[in-house]
Amino acid sequence: MNLARQHYEETFVLNLGPQHPATHGVLRVKVTMDGEYVIKAEPVLGYIHRMHEKIAEQGSFAQFMPYTARMDYLHALAFNHGYCLAVERAAGIEVPERAEYIRVITVELNRVASHLLWWAAFLLDLGGFTPLLYAFDDREKVVDLLERVTGSRLTYCYFRFGGVCHDVDEEFITGTRAFIERLRKRLPTMYHSLVTGNIILIKRIKDIGFISREQCRRYGASGPVARGSGIDFDVRRHEPYSVYPELEFDVPVYPEGDSMARYMVRMDEIEQSLRIIEQALDKLPDGPIMAKVPRNLKPEAGSCYAAVETARGSLGHRLICDGGAKPYRLKLRSPTFSNLSLYGEVAEGMMIADALAFLGSLDLVIPEIDR
Amino acid sequence: MEHIQDIQELQASLISLFSALDDEAAGENVTSPATISLDHVRSGANLERLCRPEQLPAAAGILDDQSFMLESITGVDRLEQQEFELWYDFIHTGIPGYRVVLRCTLPREEAELPSLCALYPAANWHEREVFDFFGIRFADHPDLTRILLPEDADFYPLRKDYTP
Amino acid sequence: MNDIMANPLVRALVYMIGLIAFAGLNAAYLVWCERKGAARIQRRTGPCEVGWAGLLQPLADGLKLMTKQLLVPDGVDAALFRLAPILAMLPGMVSLAVVPFSDTLQAREMELSALLIFAFASIGMLCVLLGGWASGNKFAIISSARAVSQNLAYEIPMLLTLITIAFISGSLNLRDIALEQQGNVFHWNLFRLEGWHIITMWISFIIFFICSIAETNRAPFDLAEAESELVAGYMTEYSSMGYGLFMMAEYINIVVGACLTTVLFLGGWGCPFGLAPGWWWFALKIYLLIFTIIWVRWTYPRTQIYRLLNLSWKVMIPFSLVNLLITAGLVKFL
Repeated sequence: MNLARQHYEETFVLNLGPQHPATHGVLRVKVTMDGEYVIKAEPVLGYIHRMHEKIAEQGSFAQFMPYTARMDYLHALAFNHGYCLAVERAAGIEVPERAEYIRVITVELNRVASHLLWWAAFLLDLGGFTPLLYAFDDREKVVDLLERVTGSRLTYCYFRFGGVCHDVDEEFITGTRAFIERLRKRLPTMYHSLVTGNIILIKRIKDIGFISREQCRRYGASGPVARGSGIDFDVRRHEPYSVYPELEFDVPVYPEGDSMARYMVRMDEIEQSLRIIEQALDKLPDGPIMAKVPRNLKPEAGSCYAAVETARGSLGHRLICDGGAKPYRLKLRSPTFSNLSLYGEVAEGMMIADALAFLGSLDLVIPEIDR
Repeated sequence: MEHIQDIQELQASLISLFSALDDEAAGENVTSPATISLDHVRSGANLERLCRPEQLPAAAGILDDQSFMLESITGVDRLEQQEFELWYDFIHTGIPGYRVVLRCTLPREEAELPSLCALYPAANWHEREVFDFFGIRFADHPDLTRILLPEDADFYPLRKDYTP
Repeated sequence: MNDIMANPLVRALVYMIGLIAFAGLNAAYLVWCERKGAARIQRRTGPCEVGWAGLLQPLADGLKLMTKQLLVPDGVDAALFRLAPILAMLPGMVSLAVVPFSDTLQAREMELSALLIFAFASIGMLCVLLGGWASGNKFAIISSARAVSQNLAYEIPMLLTLITIAFISGSLNLRDIALEQQGNVFHWNLFRLEGWHIITMWISFIIFFICSIAETNRAPFDLAEAESELVAGYMTEYSSMGYGLFMMAEYINIVVGACLTTVLFLGGWGCPFGLAPGWWWFALKIYLLIFTIIWVRWTYPRTQIYRLLNLSWKVMIPFSLVNLLITAGLVKFL
């Protein structure tokens, strides 16, 4: 028996998913293993594919709005925002300033909630149960605040072409300020000193799952994955939209490229989001929250691209119109679809436990990958 | 290759590099491709390049040299013209918000064009998605199988003549 | 009363029933303690619906497990599959027979009782292997391979520290070891001033305690049932009481580990101030240790298998060997 054949016979295939605790949804990773080592990892997609792009072509522009939140249910408002931005760009709609500020405040609150949930789930992947409850405690506050303005807790449909559908009230503003203060107090004490400094956590994620800068670029990775590999790429800064240019914030970039770097990027982003919300609340102008938009929207024929930064990376909408009342074609470029595509290359040769910790550090939301 | 950091300079250099591609193929009498400068505020991109399918890898190579990232590939079915249209969205990783679009059209029958997988591994899944939804084939793709739809699906849902 | 207990048959029966009840109740109520403890650490209330403070929850859980069907999937080795959980319970129960709960409360005194517990602990590991193997599930097989390598690695430093105790006490009889430590806290092996053993015993204690957590497959060393990687490890295919028995075995093993640590290091049934020794002190000590184990589980994330093995082979074994030499020197020359 030759060596290669012998090697082949000693490997086995392990199906992680579509039902597996570490894949957070219905992702399936087909892993070829040699003992505990991963020889090859192939993500298999499509278990929650719902063909949103076809649905968009069936109804009017406004009718697709609720579907956007069903993709990335953790940062649904960013998907609302991305779609609005694309349609507004195509139809040339100007959004009133107050609405822009409300959009930024709610999107950033939602980003904080999303990062908190990622943090909880990531620690759960590493076998730490308790942080989950701490993070949900804070996330609950965000969800309550957002419920107050949007009416829903998870799958928001709050933005409209030309504005938002409800105005914020005084109670939301004071509640948000109180939340910022609370989370600022808890971040260093509960999050960083209890978890980030833990030696087992550091050993588990430092120097594990290294992604190089070049790999990120070639695979089209964006968001915290790219920023954890030293690429200073944040759509909010790179291609400013809404009122982000008027707000001051840093883009955290860590050059290490390991899971720890991605972890730190997200933790720093929570702080930056709080900064953005605070400034936006200070600057919140009076005025209308909706622009005058024709009831039956018919953008001119043509094509445009609009990108926003979600909690997971750059979300793009390519909208192609033919002058009718329905989108001719709407392509959704979801960030984790590209982020996950580098998994196979990076996970090769890792131990299974590290490979799953690395999978967690990519922050996957499966319905967004499968659309 | 040295990366160009200035936006105007990059735009000019890309236009000249793209036109150099046409010169190579000038002898063949085919519909002339074009490079169009766009307004970023209106269309969300800075430069659009119409390519013939066989020019695509060379054009993508130019962008690769300038440290562009492939963001997405969009397929469009132009049923009236009996054509498929493909939009490749690239973004520069250094210069803020500089986007280039490569566009190419190909006949609806026997649609096939070269794959960009060798240059951009990102294209792998995006091309599979386009194949999955439109049935457009990519030559030299390492694993051109369905990605989101079930592997035994016998339809291409985003074609305009598809009815469920 | 004493006359009846003098009859060996009666004595054996009474202790048998007593120990089974002790093990069963501990297994049931440690689950409750674990859930309450976890809840408090996580700022929740934990079970509170069934009975006062959820005290009847373990019974409800037990009933639920018993009424469920024991699924035996296709492709498993049915006989071994059913046998493994039952066998897993036994070693822990048997080990309790030689534990001296107090001066008079010990089912069976025996010269090599410390070794007996180690021997049975290894059998417990074989049951995990059996369960994982019989399941014919890849997750279960990886998990049982992990369990075996982990137990093998951690038994060595554990036995080496046991030898240091044997040097000091001159015996492997648990009762003798405990008797030898009677008196106040400075007679306990952990704080023993006599012969300057306090210097090395701290290291022995830490090694022993870490090993006992690893031996019982508890977090942060719960790699055999790492649920985010291996679903539920060797228990993946088990339902109903098959799963229940494995869980009970885990808790009984924790009790045995805590008992052993108490006897070897914490003076058995002795009081820290030398007053009123008795089983109540023993109980207090083991439950404090068990609480610590629960506390650790809900505080730390899980480590990786290779770090776990490195810790044993590259840190604990050299340390315990050096520790053994120093103890031998102290015993010989002081």
